[in-house]
Amino acid sequence: MNRFLWPLIGFLVLVALLAVGLNLNPREVPSPLVGKPAPAFSLARLDAPEQSFSPQEMRGRVWLLNVWASWCVSCRQEHPVLVDLARRATVPLVGLNYKEVRGDGGIDSDKLTPAEEKKMVIARAAGWLAKHGDPYSLSVLDIDGRVGIDYGVYGVPETYVIDKAGIIRLKHIGPLSRELLASRIEPLLAELAR
Amino acid sequence: MNRVLVFFLLILALLGGGRLSAGEAAPRAADEATEKRLAAIASELRCLVCQNESLAGSNAELAGDLRREIRALIKDGKSDSEIMAFMVERYGDFVRYRPPLKATTLLLWFGPALLCAIGLAALLRYLRRRSRAIEDRPLSAEEQRRVEALLGTTDSSEGKS
Repeated sequence: MNRFLWPLIGFLVLVALLAVGLNLNPREVPSPLVGKPAPAFSLARLDAPEQSFSPQEMRGRVWLLNVWASWCVSCRQEHPVLVDLARRATVPLVGLNYKEVRGDGGIDSDKLTPAEEKKMVIARAAGWLAKHGDPYSLSVLDIDGRVGIDYGVYGVPETYVIDKAGIIRLKHIGPLSRELLASRIEPLLAELAR
Repeated sequence: MNRVLVFFLLILALLGGGRLSAGEAAPRAADEATEKRLAAIASELRCLVCQNESLAGSNAELAGDLRREIRALIKDGKSDSEIMAFMVERYGDFVRYRPPLKATTLLLWFGPALLCAIGLAALLRYLRRRSRAIEDRPLSAEEQRRVEALLGTTDSSEGKS
């Protein structure tokens, strides 16, 4: 009996480790930004490109920052969830349109002038929102992805929960689901709003 | 004949590929020192899009952006460790192929050595127990008789065989 006990225990430990390890999502890299102030930026607004938006304007409010692009397939999957959330209008939802033109492999953005690129970004982003519904209080244009780097974006869509003091409280990589919204994000928003 | 053709096609493909990459690298070759440092730093960093590639080797869009970013930081006169810190601040320790030694990475650093030590201890224990089990000792008179009975041999029958 004792002869088989230790190999059996070893086997069970291995099974337990593999069961946990293989169920982890390797894409979910813990973000060092959680608990830190949201990086500052000033970017042109999609609805009014001559105006800019910066996170400082949201001081004193709990808000969500959602990174999206029209070429991003998972964003389309996530979109109805965001539209639903906006309808309930719990918190402002700011969209960060990420590399709308450059991120689309089909377009050679090197051939475009900055003005042409910006025009194209606005046309594509606005067109996409008109087609699928616009859940955003406002969207800003991160044309070259520079702000995305400051936020550690590496897979669109990504969503950040930012509190009244401007601290990032949660970062979610990948599409939001209704379950996740109900189980983690909305309770957190309610807690932060207090 | 066919082989010669394949050979020529290969050469052509190689030349073509070489020209493509050269075309891309040409405007940057101006500053060789920057490129050398960039290559050294980028090979220490993980590309987050295709996680098993380094930032130096990856063709992912984000890797290109980050290389550009590192190039700009080098031009700004930032040191290698400042550039590392810039990356870790945004993407966490995970971007480094050689993560720093701290409480959360203790298992990562010493896990393999620990497993090795456990394995060695188990092996030693097993070998010691086994060598004890097969210890030599002379047969007792009773055992000697049983052996002879089983083998059907005695000193007298030895001569016959």
